[in-house]
Amino acid sequence: MTVTRFPASDTHATDGNPLPSDSGYGVAALPDGPDLGYVLTLYVASLTPRSSAAIQSVRDVCDKHLKGRYSLEVVDIYEQPSLAKREQILAAPTLIKHLPLPLRRLIGDMADEHRVLLGLDLRTRDASQNPSA
Amino acid sequence: MIESTTDASSAAASGISKCPTGIFGFDEITGGGLPRGRPTLLAGAAGCGKTLLSMEFIVRGARDFGEHGVFMSFEESEQELITNVRSLGFDLATLVTTQRVALDAVRIERSEIEETGDYDLEGLFIRLGSAIDAVGARRVALDGVDALFASLPSEAILRGELRRLFRWLKAREVTAIITGERGGGTLTRHGLEEYVSDCVIFLDHRISNQVATRRLRIIKYRGSRHGTNEYPILIDAQGFGVLPISSAGLDHRVSRDCLSTGIDGLDALLGRRGYYKGSSVLVSGTAGAGKSSLAAAFADSVCHRGGRCLYWSSEESPDQIARNMASIGFDLEQHFTSGRLYCHAVRPTLYGLEDHLARLHRIVGALKPDAVILDPISSFTAVGNLAEVRIMLTRVIDFLKSAGITAFFTGLTQGSEPVHLERTEECVSSLIDTWLLLRMTDVAGTRKRLLHILKSRGMAHSHQVHQLLLDDCGVSVVAAASNPGEPR
Repeated sequence: MTVTRFPASDTHATDGNPLPSDSGYGVAALPDGPDLGYVLTLYVASLTPRSSAAIQSVRDVCDKHLKGRYSLEVVDIYEQPSLAKREQILAAPTLIKHLPLPLRRLIGDMADEHRVLLGLDLRTRDASQNPSA
Repeated sequence: MIESTTDASSAAASGISKCPTGIFGFDEITGGGLPRGRPTLLAGAAGCGKTLLSMEFIVRGARDFGEHGVFMSFEESEQELITNVRSLGFDLATLVTTQRVALDAVRIERSEIEETGDYDLEGLFIRLGSAIDAVGARRVALDGVDALFASLPSEAILRGELRRLFRWLKAREVTAIITGERGGGTLTRHGLEEYVSDCVIFLDHRISNQVATRRLRIIKYRGSRHGTNEYPILIDAQGFGVLPISSAGLDHRVSRDCLSTGIDGLDALLGRRGYYKGSSVLVSGTAGAGKSSLAAAFADSVCHRGGRCLYWSSEESPDQIARNMASIGFDLEQHFTSGRLYCHAVRPTLYGLEDHLARLHRIVGALKPDAVILDPISSFTAVGNLAEVRIMLTRVIDFLKSAGITAFFTGLTQGSEPVHLERTEECVSSLIDTWLLLRMTDVAGTRKRLLHILKSRGMAHSHQVHQLLLDDCGVSVVAAASNPGEPR
């Protein structure tokens, strides 16, 4: 498996992206919502069922709540072990929200949507209301 | 540096291959080092030297044994690690740039983390695996691995993953040290000892008489004999050191050669030869009776004959010793300059007894002296009770004897009655081969120094009381009766 590119906004392609800009995995531009961009990277360890489930869950959540204003990259740390060290990855899968700040690390198979939303700061801990819905 | 002693015969006998650490004293008590290709758990409270021991294992492996290593820290950054060991003379930065050691500092912020379901520690495995491959590591240290429990949710997952990690390390056949914080009821706070079954080492830190001593104990070493005692450890400018409590077997080879006392008259009393090489000598006496002068005479004589001497002073600085001894004709300064005489001047209260002992081991190991002078041993009672001091001195004597080094002690006696004089406070006289007693006496208004030889094993020594004369030409010993009124 290689790094997979998903549609994303164009604003945060360089400053929050963990990959070097010349890595060939640049973030594609999307027409709408440049100021609300979410820059996400999902690190998985090979294509295990758990990895697939995590990729699917993250895409579902993003399409549902962040349609058109996120960029998501999926990185297989087996193929790029140096990234695991640089990005301080221990657990797999790990989803890093680089932007907007603060930085968050979501670990696990992303099965718990409520917690994924919490981790993405799309839902506050005491409010059941989803602010971005 | 001090060479390591690999106990090849015991390793072969026990059937386990050992991985030498090169750490002072450690390979002796483990019969050759850590179990090769297996993980070892190092448990202990904060400040016991866990990080240092594991780092020394990696650095020495890469530097002295040609075995590259990976050091993964869960507590400190790479720069901190490099800086911390620089003071011990380990150039970790160079080992890293020359691809002999790989460092990885794991940093986890609990506040950043949100658990969203099942996870594993594959990221850790990948990092470790790629670091091992990058330098071709044979040794691995995981320092502070239980910090994971504070940073990552779900203890059950962590436990399973750590178990898998230790199995994985074993499968990769690297010799590994895993350190863990000491727990309340268990050895480590998170029970890591359940997963590491081959070798468990415990470090401890205790304070008695307001002096702290660190100790090391091997709790378990599967498939190998090991010492079960607590061993004092010290951490000094040369790194970590473990002090083997000498087995004190009375099987050391004794020498028939002698070292001159530095005083012709005294040599004559001891069968014209001096002290036996490798024997232990005690000079006891009241204050001002000339104990240090005999010590200086001996040191001077050893150095003049091309030998090396360690002067362990608990009361005077090297400068003071040199000045005072110059007044009775001994130029010790030249021996300091030539390096034949090494003076270690330290107040006993600065360290615990075992720390002193460990330092003595270290200095003797580096200096390889022919003679060691402890002046005086009485001052050690400031740091321990008599029984402890006696044990320490016994160890010193055993250690020096087994190394064939002549030991020279001075001891202060209180009171001048014979009952006081023929008894040393430290009660080591039974371990001493040659015991000289000095005392002061008044003859016609003049204080005189008298010298008796209380015993000298294996020598036809004099039984008469002699007079010790100190003047600016040196020290001499004359028969007490023949010089009724002579100098000073």
